Amino acid sequence: MATRALRARAWAPAAAAALLTACSEYFPQTTLDPKSDFAREIDGLYRLVLYLGLGVAVLVFVVLTIALVRFRYRPGGPPPSDVAGNARLEIAWTLIPSVLLAIVAVPTVRTIFASYAPAPANALKIDVYGWQWWWEFRYVVGKDTIRTANEVHVPVGRPVELRLHGGDVLHSFWIPKMGGKRDVIPNRVNRIVFTAEEPGVYLGQCAEFCGDSHALMKMRLIAHTPENFERWLRHEASPALPVQDSAIAIGQQIFLQRCIACHMVRGTQASIGRVGPDLTHVASRGTIAAGVLENNAANLVRWIDNPQAVKPGAKMPRLGLTPQELRFVVAYLQTLY
Amino acid sequence: MATQPLAIPAPVAVERPSRWRALGSWITTVDHKRIGILYGVTSIFFFLVGGLEALLIRIQLAKPLSTFVSAQTYNELFTMHALTMIFLALMPLTAALFNFIVPLQIGARDVAFPRLNALSYWLYFFGGLLLNISWFVGQAPNAGWFAYAPITIKQYNPGLHMDFYVLSLQVLGISSILSALNFIITIINLRAPGMRLMRMPLFTWMTLITAVLLATAMAVLTVALSQLMFDRLFGTPIYEPAKGADPLLWQHLFWMFGHPEVYILILPIFGIISEVLPTFARKPLFGYNVMVFSGILIGWLGWGVWSHHMFATGLGPIADSFFAVSTMLIGIPTGIKVFNWLATLWGGSIRFTTANLFAIAFIPMFTIGGISGIMHATAPVDLQQTDTYFVVAHIHYVFFGGTVLGLLAGVYYWFPKVFGRLLDERLGRWHFWLTIVGANLAFFPMHFLGMHGMPRRTWTYLPGLGFDRLNLLETVGAFIMAAGALVFVVNLVRSARRGAIAGPNPWGAATLEWSIPSPPPPYNFREIPIVHSRLPLWEKDPQLRFGIPQGRAEEDVQQVTMGGQTVGTFAYPDDESKMSPHDLGIHLPPPSFWPVVMAFFITLFFGGWMIHWVVPAVAALGVAATIYFMAFEPGHSH
Repeated sequence: MATRALRARAWAPAAAAALLTACSEYFPQTTLDPKSDFAREIDGLYRLVLYLGLGVAVLVFVVLTIALVRFRYRPGGPPPSDVAGNARLEIAWTLIPSVLLAIVAVPTVRTIFASYAPAPANALKIDVYGWQWWWEFRYVVGKDTIRTANEVHVPVGRPVELRLHGGDVLHSFWIPKMGGKRDVIPNRVNRIVFTAEEPGVYLGQCAEFCGDSHALMKMRLIAHTPENFERWLRHEASPALPVQDSAIAIGQQIFLQRCIACHMVRGTQASIGRVGPDLTHVASRGTIAAGVLENNAANLVRWIDNPQAVKPGAKMPRLGLTPQELRFVVAYLQTLY
Repeated sequence: MATQPLAIPAPVAVERPSRWRALGSWITTVDHKRIGILYGVTSIFFFLVGGLEALLIRIQLAKPLSTFVSAQTYNELFTMHALTMIFLALMPLTAALFNFIVPLQIGARDVAFPRLNALSYWLYFFGGLLLNISWFVGQAPNAGWFAYAPITIKQYNPGLHMDFYVLSLQVLGISSILSALNFIITIINLRAPGMRLMRMPLFTWMTLITAVLLATAMAVLTVALSQLMFDRLFGTPIYEPAKGADPLLWQHLFWMFGHPEVYILILPIFGIISEVLPTFARKPLFGYNVMVFSGILIGWLGWGVWSHHMFATGLGPIADSFFAVSTMLIGIPTGIKVFNWLATLWGGSIRFTTANLFAIAFIPMFTIGGISGIMHATAPVDLQQTDTYFVVAHIHYVFFGGTVLGLLAGVYYWFPKVFGRLLDERLGRWHFWLTIVGANLAFFPMHFLGMHGMPRRTWTYLPGLGFDRLNLLETVGAFIMAAGALVFVVNLVRSARRGAIAGPNPWGAATLEWSIPSPPPPYNFREIPIVHSRLPLWEKDPQLRFGIPQGRAEEDVQQVTMGGQTVGTFAYPDDESKMSPHDLGIHLPPPSFWPVVMAFFITLFFGGWMIHWVVPAVAALGVAATIYFMAFEPGHSH
């Protein structure tokens, strides 16, 4: 017996881990695989409420089943009792749930206060803007503000403070493995503080209904080792490399004529557009159109040619570029590492 | 058991004296029973419409990146599904039962204000019509039933979509407030002698609490809607962030209405369950006093929990803690109710009629919804769960597993009182099992989807997130439920005309409505009863509790034959129910067509803003004129 128990104790965590990994692979956006301190705290509380709740549910189901079987009508069976109450029982099932709820309420209130605690002094501050239907992330590097879109990069092991700013309608910032969501509300600033635990790519998406393409307002969080994060940030802060190839230069010319009202490429004349994402390093992103399409030439063509076909209601206009112009522009965008 | 054959035609509802015939008599009726039937038929129609919208939603979500409907259409569908189910199906179906049953349970001849009652119905009818006209002009509301600012203002939502929302909800709001006031006054004032408050049947008690919540909560919604109406129609900037608006104001007002609204939809069901379970367990309700007070407590606490819908908005730790704990507190009286229902069954002699099957199934289904509710009350956990399919699962276990199953229990239970005929038990069982299997297939996987990261109100999802199979399963479940609903409709239509004849008290139940013929005569009670106990019929005849097999009324009644065949039983062979109230010397208010006219003008007043300001101006004159004519309408028929 003892050995069996020991063996069970040995493989149970391994099995649980395997199950979770499988779970996490099959459900990459799951809340049940916490990868930050914030997410872990919520997960612990969730499990407490879940198990207590399941206990109560099982109790209700079992008592109900026994009652239905034992007291079903049978011809010639015993007559129904006429008991119409029992003060002691009723007091008991007032007090017992009260105690259970108190057991939940105490850690709940504690976690609520923890989730609003101010960020530590060494926290990395990132300003998040929710727009219809994409995410903008602003980092302060020295005196400059670096804008990037739909992919938020953070270092592991260092607290991150996201400050959420509303741009148009309501949105909600949510990367399930990093913890709970917070709404993005115009004229208010909400905060999320967490520390990512492992390098990796974490999926998330807008969680507050925000109109036609709400379902396609996705994003990714990329957690790096501290060294890799610094390298990424330095690269992101650098301007675009000068164009050398002549075919690429044609693409850049079209871009400068048609795209710069909304998009910026630092280090070029495209320096005014702030309505759409900053494209200085667009080629280094894994996805385009707010996490909906893989970032490759075919998808870039598809997106620029007809944004509304990819994302209903997308604010990016259809420019009516010829197939050839499209190819040039995409070739240019793909050099923007 | 008397068996002498008697050739009586099937019982028919006797009309009140009326200058109109057939359709006309329905349009002008002020009889609470006929208004109840109108509410019932209309709400079941809208229930099917809302169900159809749900099916379209489920087809769209059956596979990732489906193009069955567009994003715009999907947003209209999920908005209208909620609006239709809440305002046009479930609330009015509870109103149907309030109307038909409550006056009978308290021993009254009608509600306190019969014409106002008719006005409430017609406002509901026209309001529902106005809301659904939006489909036919291609501009259905599209920002969710919650309509969070600022996506509802003209800048982000041009067109008439949200105008339809605001204006038709205003009409429905007036309907609800009038009806709530009517029922409060009826229950307080028109109880039969001896019917003290603590002798009232639980359904009447819960109706009273619901009516108080309804009158007060709807007022808050009216405030919010008026603000949005002014923003959209007259250009005020109440919800315009660019001019400094704080969009959270809408959320506070909406949920100050919206959370009591949840209890408006569930408290009547607590009443129904508390009638059905004791009847079929052949045992008095366990802990009557506690059941009444826990209902009052739930209604009271229901006003102090609204911000648990807003944990993710960042209200700060003190507000979040307050609303987390107040929400958990509601779990206590609700838990007491569940345990008292279990104790009611315990020691009984349980009959598994369809009505009772639905009432029994309510208990575990509602328990699941209650437990996920406690999870949401745990504010940090809610930060993961809110706005995901986990909440969709929760609300469907509460509104479907709770409200709809409870209403179906009520319909199977009281249908024989309303139509004099029993619903078919065999079809009923099909309906029950299809509904239970379908609902759990459709709604249970939503828990997993939510925990695995699927947000709600999304018209599609990408492949590769693990959402595909669970969504397909839900769609299958939805179609099984739809099959159940079809069986239900067939059962209703067939049984209303050809069902077994019920007799006054087919279930051997204990409350006053079962002491009169089915369907009841226009005046309900020939003599107003004097009440001596909570369970007057069981008090009067203690054997009633022991002798009744399920779903049959065999004692003390006579066989009814039609075409030489025994089709059922009939208990009042003296044909008293065919005597007119006038012959019996009972005064009843005469029918009136002013309620329908006034309701039309009120609806025109609101809907007209979408056309031109002249329309509401004319409609306002119409309302004023109908008030004048109504005021001078004679109170007696000749």
